[in-house]
Amino acid sequence: MRTIRNRLCTAGMASGMAVAEKGRSDLGKEVEEKLHEFITYLKQKNPHSSYDVAKRTVLLLREVCSKTRWYSARDLITNIRAAGKKLIAAQPSESAVGNMVRRVLKIVREEHASCVAGSVDEVDVRALLQGRDDSDDLSRQTPHLKGSVIEIINDLLGELELSASNISSQAPDHIHSSEVLMTTGYSKTVEAFLKAAARKRKIEVIVAESAPFYRGQELAKNLAVAGVETIVVTDSAVFAIMSRVNKVIIGTHTVMADGSLKAINGSYALCLAAKRHSVPVLVCAALFKLSPQYPCSYDHDTFNKIVSPHDILRFSEGQLVSKVHVQNPVFDHVPPDLITLFVSNIGGNAPSYVYRLISELYHPDDQEL
Amino acid sequence: MSSPSPKKQDKEEQKQKAVKAGEGKKGQGKEDGGSGGGGEHGAAVKKPTTKAERRALQEAQRKAKEERLAAQGKGTAKQTTSTSGGGAKRSQASKGGEGGAKLEGKPLEVPRPTRQRNSSSSTSVTTDDHRPNKSSKSSKKATEQQVETGRRVKQLQLFSHLQQYSKAPSSPTLPWHSVSTYTSIHPAIIKLGLHYSHGVICGSNSRCVAMLAAFKKVINDYTTPVQKELRRDLDAHIRPFINFLTHCRPLSVSMGNAIKYLKREISKIGPDQSESEAKRLLCATIDEYLELYIVKAGTEISKLCQNIIKDNDVILVYAFSSVVQRVLLDAHCSGRQFRVIVVDSRPKMEGRHMLRTLVQKGVKCSYVLINAVSYIMKEVSKVIVGAHSLLANGYVMSRIGTSQVALVARSFNVPVLVCCETYKFSDRVQTDSIVNNELGDPNDLVQINRRQGNFLTGWKDIPCLGLLNLVYVITMRP
Repeated sequence: MRTIRNRLCTAGMASGMAVAEKGRSDLGKEVEEKLHEFITYLKQKNPHSSYDVAKRTVLLLREVCSKTRWYSARDLITNIRAAGKKLIAAQPSESAVGNMVRRVLKIVREEHASCVAGSVDEVDVRALLQGRDDSDDLSRQTPHLKGSVIEIINDLLGELELSASNISSQAPDHIHSSEVLMTTGYSKTVEAFLKAAARKRKIEVIVAESAPFYRGQELAKNLAVAGVETIVVTDSAVFAIMSRVNKVIIGTHTVMADGSLKAINGSYALCLAAKRHSVPVLVCAALFKLSPQYPCSYDHDTFNKIVSPHDILRFSEGQLVSKVHVQNPVFDHVPPDLITLFVSNIGGNAPSYVYRLISELYHPDDQEL
Repeated sequence: MSSPSPKKQDKEEQKQKAVKAGEGKKGQGKEDGGSGGGGEHGAAVKKPTTKAERRALQEAQRKAKEERLAAQGKGTAKQTTSTSGGGAKRSQASKGGEGGAKLEGKPLEVPRPTRQRNSSSSTSVTTDDHRPNKSSKSSKKATEQQVETGRRVKQLQLFSHLQQYSKAPSSPTLPWHSVSTYTSIHPAIIKLGLHYSHGVICGSNSRCVAMLAAFKKVINDYTTPVQKELRRDLDAHIRPFINFLTHCRPLSVSMGNAIKYLKREISKIGPDQSESEAKRLLCATIDEYLELYIVKAGTEISKLCQNIIKDNDVILVYAFSSVVQRVLLDAHCSGRQFRVIVVDSRPKMEGRHMLRTLVQKGVKCSYVLINAVSYIMKEVSKVIVGAHSLLANGYVMSRIGTSQVALVARSFNVPVLVCCETYKFSDRVQTDSIVNNELGDPNDLVQINRRQGNFLTGWKDIPCLGLLNLVYVITMRP
């Protein structure tokens, strides 16, 4: 039995406005305030830690679930989508926001299905075989949905908080004694990973300084102060020193749906050099960095973020700057064939397995928010 | 010599304990030795020591050290990689014995420079049995430097066989070389050496040209001593200059080849030629060499490349190369329409020099750092780089970072061209970039021109941190 609202939902963009407006009015003042606060935070130009962004998104969505008025799963999904669209529009390059929104949506769908029919697997298989439309089910009123959704969101928060320590606890499984490891840029996950490895094994770390942001230098200093033997090299020395490196361990900003990376500038050259010398590349990334989006084109212009050239050629060299085109991209695309292993909080996976993780974490209907 | 008084023995034991404790802690030997020495200083002030007592103390210390080293035996002399208690064993330098002795000397050295200089030199004579005691200051300094790096991170020991970086000081008052060495070297060579060391003259071609110009001056100022022949004595006269230049900065392959040529020409001089005639001849051959092998070679390379650069090309160049600059400027002057992308890297940032010259002549340019190479490579049609030297197995030795640019270019199917004059060809073969390279100043990595300041300012105080500044890299065939 389809209601008018459902037909509107499945119609498309034209009805989107009406639905969104309905969604906005359902969000409530308190939640709207928090939403605006978060949007302001996202719009700031400072580089945000993906973990912070993901955590704040989940907290905000928990507020949306608990404090807004909704009567069925369909309403809740609408509310979350409305909030999510605004957040993504505020900072499109921050993929953690979209990832968490889609995770929560999947949680809602799953909980609804389990509330309605008892076991998730049963419903999925039956629905697949009979080609039943999901939208019917979602408008059904389920009394315990709110409680179970909030509970699972709390689990998600717990998973987020423990992701770094889960990854670093796997360090001794991948690192043997007297290894020389190489990394670039500054990833908190990689820092924890290396420190955990140093506690159990005798290792040495070579860090490429990753100009022009020099995050690698920061990482090197932190590691050395913690007692890990570290060497800082320039980015240009990566190929020269690669023949003596045993493993490359990098972090990433996002893991795309085909297993490729959106990582810090310089990762592509590092992974190429590693492949040339047959050095395995380990990518330490928690699951909240996994995005269901594919890199749309290898034309980096749409994929990348370009920031001020001041770090490369100072404005004080005005003569030069006015005549020269200076580019300062932030990200780098690393294709999946250069990566050996993804180390995530649920364990190690090959890049070819990423599609499976995505089908478990996200729902295909949520691809377009 | 009077036997040490009981009070002196106590103090001596205390000092030994302090020294041992100092060596036990990694990397803190200096401080503890200093505190031990400071304590003794305080004690010494209370009771003024006579010269004999001080000498007695020194003897006792020397005996104790000998005993200790004898107990350790060949352990410190061998090249070990394990770090087992004691700061002395931590020195993993390849010249282990001398280095070990020096490192042990170090905690004692700091508080009492006047006394310990004797003890350290004596211990190096006594313990260093299987290695002849090299008296030349340069090798001693090299050993000290190796010990310095040896005390640092282990991985840097990969490079402990190379000449460690030492910057020639700007003021001649620092004992970088003994004053006598300075006075015997021609001022043009000293100037040249300082230019090399401070990076004023940089780049294979410019270094070679400057060196030959300086040698012309040397030859003109040279007078054959009595009863000696020019063609035999000039060689010996030049040798210490070449050593001096090598200490300032290791010779480049271009310089090495030019020196070989010069020596050959010197030996070809007839015994009956007058001095002025010989000098004139030598200067003429130097000019000819410059003209033929450097200038004309550059012109020929440029001519060949004119056919390679086509209209609407996007050419990527890396850092600075005089040959590549010549090629691009000639192509621009001949009317070709192309644009250039200059890729630069830290810490030398030589690409800016290339950029300035190109922009001045009106070439359309872009500028990126080496990390962004994968971002811009999709637009590039050709990569043209210069070389420091071409090895006998076909590998290219060039500025560090070139191999990375070439690797990324290959992954995008962009052709890479190397421009190299024949006088830079070398007989050597090399398979990796570590066995033969040059180490630059590690402090160059610290300065990053950020408003918030540098991350690595106090890097020397952090024992686990090392900085590596390589200058060259080998680019292999794919």
